[in-house]
Amino acid sequence: MKFDHIIIRYGEISTKKRNRKGFVDKLKANIRWVLEEFSNAKLSANRERMYILLYGEDPQDIIERLKGVFGIQSLSPALKVGKDIEEIKSAAVYYFEQLSEKVSTFKITTKRSDKDFPYNTDELNHILGGHLLENTEGITVDVKKPDFNLRVEVRREAIYLTGEVIPGAGGLPLGSSGKAMLMLSGGIDSPVAGFLSMKRGLEIECIHFYSPPFTSERSRQKTVDLAEKLAEVSGSMKLHIVPFTEIQLLIQKQIPENYTMTSTRRLMLRIADKIRERQEAMAIITGESLGQVASQTLSSMYAINEVTNTPILRPLITIDKTDIIGMARDLNTLEISNRPYEDCCTVFTPASPKTKPRREKVAFYESFVDFDALIDEAVQKTEILTVSGVKGRKSDLEELENLF
Amino acid sequence: MEGETMIYFDNSATTKPYPEVIDSFITVSTEYFGNPSSIHGIGARAENLLLQARKQIAELLEVKSSEIYFTSGGTEGNNLAIKGAAHANSGKGKHIITTAIEHASVMDACMYLQDTGYEITYLPVNETGKINLDDLKKAIRKDTILVSAMHVNNETGAIQPIEKMGEILSGFHNILFHVDHVQGVGKVPLDLKRTGVDLCTISGHKFHGLKGTGAIYIREGVKVSPLFSGGSQESKIRSGTENVAGAVALAKALRIAMEKLQTDIDKLRTIREIIWNGLQHIEGVEVNSPNDGAPHIVNFSIPGVKSEVFVHSLEEEDLFVSTTSACSSKKKSPSKTVMAMFADLVRAESVIRISLSYQNEPEEAEMAIELIRETINKLQKVMR
Repeated sequence: MKFDHIIIRYGEISTKKRNRKGFVDKLKANIRWVLEEFSNAKLSANRERMYILLYGEDPQDIIERLKGVFGIQSLSPALKVGKDIEEIKSAAVYYFEQLSEKVSTFKITTKRSDKDFPYNTDELNHILGGHLLENTEGITVDVKKPDFNLRVEVRREAIYLTGEVIPGAGGLPLGSSGKAMLMLSGGIDSPVAGFLSMKRGLEIECIHFYSPPFTSERSRQKTVDLAEKLAEVSGSMKLHIVPFTEIQLLIQKQIPENYTMTSTRRLMLRIADKIRERQEAMAIITGESLGQVASQTLSSMYAINEVTNTPILRPLITIDKTDIIGMARDLNTLEISNRPYEDCCTVFTPASPKTKPRREKVAFYESFVDFDALIDEAVQKTEILTVSGVKGRKSDLEELENLF
Repeated sequence: MEGETMIYFDNSATTKPYPEVIDSFITVSTEYFGNPSSIHGIGARAENLLLQARKQIAELLEVKSSEIYFTSGGTEGNNLAIKGAAHANSGKGKHIITTAIEHASVMDACMYLQDTGYEITYLPVNETGKINLDDLKKAIRKDTILVSAMHVNNETGAIQPIEKMGEILSGFHNILFHVDHVQGVGKVPLDLKRTGVDLCTISGHKFHGLKGTGAIYIREGVKVSPLFSGGSQESKIRSGTENVAGAVALAKALRIAMEKLQTDIDKLRTIREIIWNGLQHIEGVEVNSPNDGAPHIVNFSIPGVKSEVFVHSLEEEDLFVSTTSACSSKKKSPSKTVMAMFADLVRAESVIRISLSYQNEPEEAEMAIELIRETINKLQKVMR
C-alpha cells in the first residue's frame, strides 16, 4: 500500500474571484517546474484544489518540494482504495503509520455519496475506529478536538482516505502579481527583500551596479551567487549588471562629500528605472529598512525617491536588523552576503554622510552636470546574465563545468 | 608497470586516481594557478573554483558549504578533529572516548593528548568488530568532551553503529562526536546531519582522488583550534595556501564516488560475496571480517603462514593485497584490530586484507580465490 495522490489547497487565491484562472495557471506552471524530474507524476487542477497523481513517485520527496512553492496553503497525502471493507481498514492503518508527527487522539469523518455502499457513515466510522484502536498503540478517540481527523469519502468510483494537513509556504503563486526589479547590492538585506517579494507573487529581475576597479570581480561573483540562490525559487533569474564606474567618478568629482551617497542612490535609482521600463516591470524593490544607516533614514528616502514616481517597494522597511539576518540565514544567503568584498555601497561611502539630506540641495548640486548621457550609456552597456537555480550556474562558468 | 592481468585488491591502502580527476588537477594547476587570497582577477578565478569545490562537496555530504574545510587528507583531518576539539573545549573537561580499533592517526593523537593531561577511554570491540553501546554509555563522564569513532574499520571493514552512538550522544551537549569516515565514504552511507555528527574526516585518495587531498566537516557552531598558525586560510581553521587543484579534484572524485554508490554498489557486494564464500571453503583460512561489514573489505588469517610471505607470494601471481593496514604493515607487528576482536596472537600475526573498489570485477574475485587456494597449498608444503 502506498499514497497515490496528494491534495493541494490554494491559499489566498481561493478568495480571488475573477482572476482565479490566472492564479491557478501560474501555480500549475510553477508546480510542474518544481516536479519536473518526477516524470510519472501527473497534475490536475480545478477551481478549488489541485491533485498530484503519483503513479509510483515518492510522496515524501514530492511533498518536500511542494513545501517551497508559493501559493500553496496546505498539502495532504491521500489514498484511493477499492470498495472493500478490508482494503479500507488496512488503508486506515497505513495512513496512521505514515503520519509525520505522532498523534494521541483521533476521530474519523466519513462522507458517503454512494448510497449503495453496504455500510452507512456511522457504521463505517465505528468499524474503522475499532480497527484502528486494535491495530495501533497509544491512541484514543476524541471526537471534539482530535489531533488527527481521518477523512473517508465513499464515492461511486472508489473510496478516498486523507487527513494529515501539512502547511505549505503560503503567499501567492510566483509571477501572479506582475514583475518588479530588485536592486541587489551583495549585502544581507536585498536578497531577503527579493525573496519576500517573490513570496507575494512578484516575478523579479535583479540589478547590480558594478564599478571596476573600485569593486572587484569577487563582489560581482557574489551577486551572481545571490541571484542564483533566488533563482532556486523561480528556476532562473535575470541579472542586469550596470557598469557604474564613470558615473561614480563624476559624482566624486562634482558633489560635496557628505552628499555623494545621496546622489549615488539617486543615480542608481534613475538607471534602475530605465532598465525597469525596458523590461516592462512596474516597480523597484530595495532592501531598505528604516533608520539602519545614513541612506535609510526617512529624510534620505525622501531625497532619493524624488527622481522617480515608480513605486519603490521596501519589504523590509519595518523589520529589525537581527530578524533580517535570521531570515538571510534561513535562506542560505547570509554566508554569501558575508563574504568580505567591497561592493558598490561600501567603496565610496563618505566618512560622514548626511543623515538628513535635503532634496533641494542634492538637486542643486546635481544640476551642474549632465548625467543623462552617462545614464543612457550605462543602461546601454548593461550586461544581462541569466542564472539558473537548480542545476549549477550557467553563463560564464559553463566552460568550467567539466572540471567538477 | 604491471600488465593488464594484474589484480589490484589493495584499495583501502590507496586507489588509482580516475583519469578525469587527474585531468581536472592538471587543468586547474596550469590555467587557474592563482592564489585565492590574491585580490586580482587571477586570484579571484582560483578562489571561485575553491568555492565551487566546497559547495559541491557540501552538497554531496548534505551539509553547508561553510561547514567544509580542506585538509591534506585523513591523518590531518583526524588530528585536527581530535586535537583541535580537545584544545578548544578543554575548559569543559579533559576526557575523551574512542575505540580500541582506530586508525593510527586517531590512536596517536589520543596518546599525544594523554601525555598532555587528557584522559582517554578505549572502548573494546567484540568478535564482529563492534563496540558495545552499553560500554559507551558507561564510559561517559561529566568531563567527557569528545567521542571519536571510525565508521568503517580500515583493516576488517567492520561498521560501527554510528547512528546509535549519535543517538546516545545527542543527550550530552558537552560531548562532540567525531567520525573517521575515511574508509566509509562512497561505500557505506552516513547521514551526518541526522546522526548528529559534529566532526567528520574524509580523504581523497581512498576514492580515486589524489594523495594530499581531503576535507573535514565541522558542524556550524562547533569550536576547533587550528593545528597550524599562519595566514588564516579556511576561516582560520587550516592556514596554508589552498590546494585549489586538489580541492577541485577532490570534489570531482567525490561526485563520481557518490554516483558509483548509487549505480555500482551491488557489483561491489557481489565481488565481496565471491571472496567471502570462496574463503570459507579454503582449508586453513579464518575470515576475520564480520559478515555484516563494509562491501569492500575482506580480512582473513592463515594461521601459521606469515602475512608478508603470503603477500609476496601473491604478488608473484600479480595479485596485490596487503597485510594489515598499509600504514602499519611495514612494522611487521600483529594486527591491532584482529587482536582486539579475537585476542588471538597467531591469528593476528597472519592477517591478509583484500580491499576492493568500484573498478574491480567479479571475474577478478574468482581468479583471486583460485590463486589464494593454490598459494596456500604451495606454502604449506614448503613451510612444513
